[in-house]
Amino acid sequence: MGDEEGRGRRRRSGVSRRDFLKIGGIAASVPLVTPKFVRAAGADVPVHGPGKTPVSLTINGKAYKADLEPRVTLLDALRNNFDLTGAKRVCDRGTCGACTVILDGKAVYSCSVLAISAQGHQITTVEGLGDPERMHPVQKAFWDNDAQQCGFCTPGFVVATKAFLDRNPNPTPEQVRKGICGNLCRCGTYVGVRAAALQAAGEGGRRNG
Amino acid sequence: MANYEWPAADKRSLIGKRISRVDGPQKTTGRAKYTYDQNPRGMLYGKIVRSPHAHAKIVSIDTSAAEKHPGVKAVELMTEPGKEIFWAGDELVALAAVDETSAEDAARLVKIQYEVLPHFVSDAEPPADVPVGGPLSENEIRSMVTTLQVPVGQVVSRVQSDGITFTPKEEDLEQAKKNGMPDALIDAIRKAKVVPPGKGGTYKKVAAQTQGDPDKGFSESEVVSEGIYGSPVITHCCLESHGAMSEWPDPEHLFVHISTQNVSGIPGQMSEPLKMPATNIRVHQDHVGGGFGSKFSVDSWGIVSAKLSKKAGGKPVKIMLDRRAELEVAGARPSAYARVKVGAKKDGTLVAWEHSGWGTGGVGGGGAPPLPYIVNVPNQKKQHTAISNNIGSARAWRAPNHPQAAVITMGALEDLAAKLNMDPVDFFLKNIELTSPRAKIYAEEIRKGDELIGWKKNWRPRGESPGPVKRGLGMSIHTWGGRGHNSECDFTINPDGSVSVKLGSQDLGTGTRTCIQMVAADSLGVPFDAVKVELGDTQYPPSGGSGGSTTIGGVSSSTRRGAIDALNQLFAKVAPALNAKPEELEAVNGTVRVASDTKRSLPWKQACAKLGAMPVTARGVNKSGMTPDLTNSGVGGVQMADVSVDTETGIVKVNKMVAVQDCGLVIDLKTAESQVYGALIMGIAYSLYEEKIMDEQTGRMLNANMEFYRLTGIGDFGELVVHMMTGPGYDERGVIGLAEPPTVSPGAAISNAVANAIGVRVPFLPLTPDRVLAALEGKEARRAAL
Repeated sequence: MGDEEGRGRRRRSGVSRRDFLKIGGIAASVPLVTPKFVRAAGADVPVHGPGKTPVSLTINGKAYKADLEPRVTLLDALRNNFDLTGAKRVCDRGTCGACTVILDGKAVYSCSVLAISAQGHQITTVEGLGDPERMHPVQKAFWDNDAQQCGFCTPGFVVATKAFLDRNPNPTPEQVRKGICGNLCRCGTYVGVRAAALQAAGEGGRRNG
Repeated sequence: MANYEWPAADKRSLIGKRISRVDGPQKTTGRAKYTYDQNPRGMLYGKIVRSPHAHAKIVSIDTSAAEKHPGVKAVELMTEPGKEIFWAGDELVALAAVDETSAEDAARLVKIQYEVLPHFVSDAEPPADVPVGGPLSENEIRSMVTTLQVPVGQVVSRVQSDGITFTPKEEDLEQAKKNGMPDALIDAIRKAKVVPPGKGGTYKKVAAQTQGDPDKGFSESEVVSEGIYGSPVITHCCLESHGAMSEWPDPEHLFVHISTQNVSGIPGQMSEPLKMPATNIRVHQDHVGGGFGSKFSVDSWGIVSAKLSKKAGGKPVKIMLDRRAELEVAGARPSAYARVKVGAKKDGTLVAWEHSGWGTGGVGGGGAPPLPYIVNVPNQKKQHTAISNNIGSARAWRAPNHPQAAVITMGALEDLAAKLNMDPVDFFLKNIELTSPRAKIYAEEIRKGDELIGWKKNWRPRGESPGPVKRGLGMSIHTWGGRGHNSECDFTINPDGSVSVKLGSQDLGTGTRTCIQMVAADSLGVPFDAVKVELGDTQYPPSGGSGGSTTIGGVSSSTRRGAIDALNQLFAKVAPALNAKPEELEAVNGTVRVASDTKRSLPWKQACAKLGAMPVTARGVNKSGMTPDLTNSGVGGVQMADVSVDTETGIVKVNKMVAVQDCGLVIDLKTAESQVYGALIMGIAYSLYEEKIMDEQTGRMLNANMEFYRLTGIGDFGELVVHMMTGPGYDERGVIGLAEPPTVSPGAAISNAVANAIGVRVPFLPLTPDRVLAALEGKEARRAAL
């Protein structure tokens, strides 16, 4: 698919994301700093920052590039730089799971991973699982069981459930309660989420109602 | 005349069925765009500098270093030197920069000098010698007139002698007049002296109110129970924090995305502070990540996003609160506590009630809960003291004042039942006439709850549960109004057969979009997918804010009326082709046909083609006093909880909860049930975990994050059962809102179940292990706020 940077930088603009970054870079006169190396513990360790540094990420099988300060989290890079806004910023400190993405097959809180250290890993976001016309079975199960109200926690739950089922294809209800307990919902959609996880696992689970 | 009435059960194609929410696929795939997700090219990121002090005077503000910081495009003061701050986290300065890191760095460069003043953040029981009096807030006046039923003359003289703490707006007074506030009181408010916030004293005591003869009532009581009950300040904790993105497409026009429960009401709130006509302000919102009563106002950050954008040449500026601010300043449910004495005859007949209550909603003091809740004990004496303190101001929280009232009332009644050696179910049924006018509904619901949780089979007298892990049952009843608000929609049938409904409402996740689509499609006899609903824009007809469970009644009624009017216009065009009169036609099952001779019919699309080139449009309106009335008010619900309490650790576990709920005619059973499940889960959170813990030393909230401000997790409860009362006796009442009522009872039901399990009352929510253990040790539970 090649370079997808700026996908979704939409809105009838004649300026591509690449051009915009160049313009923005000039306007803000932020120097791009290439990594330095320092000797630490007998090895050459690259040092990035404090300014912006080029970051390349593989998200949903596509390459994305941006110049980011090393302190920028994977969550903020997804949302602010690549317009992948399915992952949400809620607690912003690794508690609520609304920012969950899959990194090399494992569910992680993207608010607690730096974008720069996510390089070289396979990142899957909720957008990579399916779209409204072709929903992933987990997404379809969430819909069927009304495992959502305001929907703000839902993408994180969907991704966490997908990662959980990949490792535990036939969970018991008790395993579901433990396996996706790293996500929080305020509206109280858990009855639907429990049933959705079981339905997606092929257990035929359905919420009563 | 057009027949707007809701169709009879056998004529409904969609209403009352289980339909999956129409925006579900957008939400589960992460495609649904919230205000927080707005990301237009060139957008600037806004940050707010907040007060670290709970009470202070601003001495100076220096933004020069922040203004020079690379990437900063605009800075706005949100206060000024000399102004006083009344709670920690209040807004002082806002700025906008090209990216988030620049904005954060610049915010740290703002220098503010404070004169720190003494603060008070406690809501502990007021001293006994607090005199009656003090200036009144809006909430307090409303509470005095409605829930406390203070005679109007007394309220008037109090307003005249002690003043008020707010500047009354003429439009609010007009509204109050419409709502039935007496002229004498409105006049007194208009002329009252205004005491600035924070200057009205810490305690404001309302004179004692009586009903019947409480002294005689207690002397006639054979059993009297006394106790103390209450629940603390909690916060809304919306997962999508409050915030807005504003831009100026041209210098005269403002375009605002805002996370709100009140799309149509936002321009009117912005026009005055921005000194521009409301008509030049467009507001848009597709989805909102939770509101729960905290998102009706444009808020200072909404206004400042527009000001920053203007300074930055009109570029979009997005300000979303961080989690700490969300919990500190963007939501608080007032606390309410009371010492209660309640007396009955030996057979359980309730005779007398007395309470002395207190609570806070921040600087404004907060309203008084309606006590005794629902159960109208014949003889009553009651008093309330509002505490004004330095915490973030109160906002409406699902069913304002009701959950607090239920915790106090149902707790006191359960303690009395225990003293009478009565099963609470029998005790409630014995006194059911006191719950009038919904006595019959409650009796029916109590019996249904009994059946679903196995109450009669499993209930044991207090403290008779064996072993260290004790099991108990508790119940509570609740009510709410829920009449539909004013709502208008544009209802269009196009010549190609497509149908659209447009209105300036919003879907909080309650299923509003889905329900509108169901009503529209059902009314036209077309499939669900044939209708397109568009919400969330001030370019559409105005529809009320989504609060107080008023949305479903409002939007379903306006949609129904718009649909029938549009359909009648269509019938007029189609009738000649079917050789019939328009009033002989009906739209059923994807056809327009002659009701008395259904073979004479046209498929929907062909019928619509008779419109020629132009669509038909009708404005559907719901407002009070319309005939027929498609909405109604006043629901009843019963909840029962089955809990286990580990008496060695103090940990409470909810094994099962049952919610039996009436809400008139249910539109979408699926999303309605979701509301009730959600209310139970939210209720478990405020029963067991939630409390805004204030630090007396610093005046700040100690747990303004999601580790220590705990919500219910997916593994924190057992089985939940929801039963909606529908069918004959319920459906014909019309559509009534549902979001508030089921949130009322969980605290009371769980608290009662814990008391039943361990044999003693844990006085205050949340029922944390330390409080449970303290109650077991026979100590008066330590107030977290002390």
